[in-house]
Amino acid sequence: MSTSFIMGHVSLALVPASLWGVYVFGWRALLVLLVSIAASVLTEGILCRITSQENTVTDGSALLTGLLIGMNMPPAVPLFIPVVASFFAIFVVKWTFGGLGANWMNPALAGRVFVFMSWTGGMTTWTLPGKLGRIGALDTVTGPTPLGSLKTGLMNGIDGITGPLQLLAGEGVPVTYRDLFMGNIPGCIGEVSALLLLAGALYMLVRKIITWHIPLSYALSFALLVWVFGGNRYGLGLFHGDVLFHLLSGGFMLGALFMATDMATSPITNRGKLIYGVGCGFMTFLIRFFGSFPEGVSLAIIFMNIFVPLIDRLIKPTTFGVAKAGRKAKEEAR
Amino acid sequence: MTESTEIRTAALPPVALIPLSQHIGAPAKCLVQPGDRVREEELIGEAAGFVSANIHSSVPGTVKEIREIFLPNGMKTQAVAIELSGEFSRLGKESVKEDWKSLDLDSIRNRIREMGIVGMGGATFPTHVKLSLPEGKSCEYFIVNAVECEPYLTSDHKLMLTRAGEILEGIEIVRKLLNPEKVIIGIEANKMDAARHLQGMIDRMGVKVEVAPLKVKYPQGAEKSLIKAITGREVPSGKLPLEVGVINANVGTCFAIYEAVVYKKPLVERLVTVSGGAIKNPGVFQVRIGTTIRELIEECGGFTEEPEKIISGGPMMGFAFFDLDTPVMKGTSGIVALTKRDVKRSRMTACLSCGKCIAACPMGLNPTKLYKFLDFEMVGDAAGERLMDCVECGSCAYVCPAHLPLVQMFRVGKGEMRKNAQK
Repeated sequence: MSTSFIMGHVSLALVPASLWGVYVFGWRALLVLLVSIAASVLTEGILCRITSQENTVTDGSALLTGLLIGMNMPPAVPLFIPVVASFFAIFVVKWTFGGLGANWMNPALAGRVFVFMSWTGGMTTWTLPGKLGRIGALDTVTGPTPLGSLKTGLMNGIDGITGPLQLLAGEGVPVTYRDLFMGNIPGCIGEVSALLLLAGALYMLVRKIITWHIPLSYALSFALLVWVFGGNRYGLGLFHGDVLFHLLSGGFMLGALFMATDMATSPITNRGKLIYGVGCGFMTFLIRFFGSFPEGVSLAIIFMNIFVPLIDRLIKPTTFGVAKAGRKAKEEAR
Repeated sequence: MTESTEIRTAALPPVALIPLSQHIGAPAKCLVQPGDRVREEELIGEAAGFVSANIHSSVPGTVKEIREIFLPNGMKTQAVAIELSGEFSRLGKESVKEDWKSLDLDSIRNRIREMGIVGMGGATFPTHVKLSLPEGKSCEYFIVNAVECEPYLTSDHKLMLTRAGEILEGIEIVRKLLNPEKVIIGIEANKMDAARHLQGMIDRMGVKVEVAPLKVKYPQGAEKSLIKAITGREVPSGKLPLEVGVINANVGTCFAIYEAVVYKKPLVERLVTVSGGAIKNPGVFQVRIGTTIRELIEECGGFTEEPEKIISGGPMMGFAFFDLDTPVMKGTSGIVALTKRDVKRSRMTACLSCGKCIAACPMGLNPTKLYKFLDFEMVGDAAGERLMDCVECGSCAYVCPAHLPLVQMFRVGKGEMRKNAQK
């Protein structure tokens, strides 16, 4: 295994979900992906040249960052936005902190959040998924994402509504669980197909590139919070949240499987990874349910990135031959 | 590669080059001068202190010169060059067997010391020191290390298949010295033929020895890992196995103890695996100490291609030879010549913090953190992260996708720490 092997295979695992984005949103989506990748790789290459350092383009890390940025863009985004996001990710977030492995924040996510704050309009114009036979049609229709509709719908009042699916139907944008799972919803290019993202993550697990600790602890903690408190906003009391809807919508799958698992910006021990995952789940819940943004995954992960050095300082591997004081006392008592 | 071959006897070296420091501890004091005649097995270096070992001539002949040589681990030592001539006193003759059971404990221990026996697994710690229990300590387990977990090496495996009886008798000698409650031979489950052979011999001899097949998992043969696997006990950080009531020794050492005590034979030869992709006819050889590795490799038909690296010991923990005229020593378990393909390394990149090294470390250390500390020359901080607990097994470097030279860095760091401790 090598660095370029890891970067290459993570990128490979992302390809099916990206292609699905191109399939439902049209050729424009492919253009966004390619522009993002080109901008990232070019920024990396130029920085290597300027600083006369060893060429690090071939380690595949810049390509992966570019792909992730592209997947986090709406299909109709003005093309300068992914370029700025890529430049910000590679130059500010990665290079100024020392390059590969030394950045403390996930570059792709930081790039996305940066342009989201700067050009919110361009970053929130969503293309409706095309009917499957109508690829690349010019008459692109736009509309809100399910999570976006949810936020506005909740503000309009919730009389007699018992959950997100019913609320969305009432707003005139009905979706089914199947739509959410397959990716037949508006959203970022690479985040809509839960199915293909799960398949990609499974591939990474089999290849031993990631471990289960972060995705599972993230998903379980988030699901638990949604289940317990999610029904509250519909006046249903505890234990009535729609877990499935929240796991399948927005950037959760892409975030939990591919962004939170970024090696450089997640804890190094397995126990640390569990803590980090639970923290991501908690923050995602807080932002989605109590924040002003419809979506909380990117911010939650970046927020938890801050705690990674702290977690790594506190959680240490169990050293051989260094018995914990308690265990030793117990043995002596025996 | 060498599993199915017979043990071959290597040709005698025309000039045996015998280092005076082949063990951990003080180098032996030289007893000969150029021009002196020496007999086979004559004492040529006398142990200088308790933690030291005697050195004997492996061939009869004339001392040609005494010069300084470099060993693969980077140490310098004096070596005696003996030009082969004259008659062998033991080789080719019937040796007289002595009934060791009538000897008292001190005579046995003395004989082990006199015959210059050291740990044959590679650590070369003087055996008489290991087998002297400090006042008030007792040995619960005597564990025989037959794991041989390094890739390529098969010397111990071969020894068990051909000399099981002798090994077991060596173990009985140790039993007399240590009086342990249990004697267990730890062996990796990929050598079940040897395990069955040993078990058969144990039954025939009626000795109380257990054979414990262990999971094939590098570094199962590392002392502390082996003790944990067999007894479930963890040797405390910075302490010796005796702390948890264990003494262990390599199978090869048990065989050497047998020969020393029963035949009064000093450690002048050993089994050496010569293997690796660059060796034409790999094999296990019975080799006289002082034979150069050049001679041994020639005996294997030479190289198939220019080797990229020749390693003393196994590929995971061994040191690279930088001179083919380096002699085989008491601790040389193998010579592995690797081709360019074998040692092909991908480019080194920065650490990705993937954590694979942590998962791989048998000692539960944080290799990447140690590396970063040492990279910034923060030796004290590395010590705080238990650098000295590193057993240099190489598991971390093996899994590292960034291909960082982790073990090399740790060796340098440990050297620094030892230097600082001496100040």
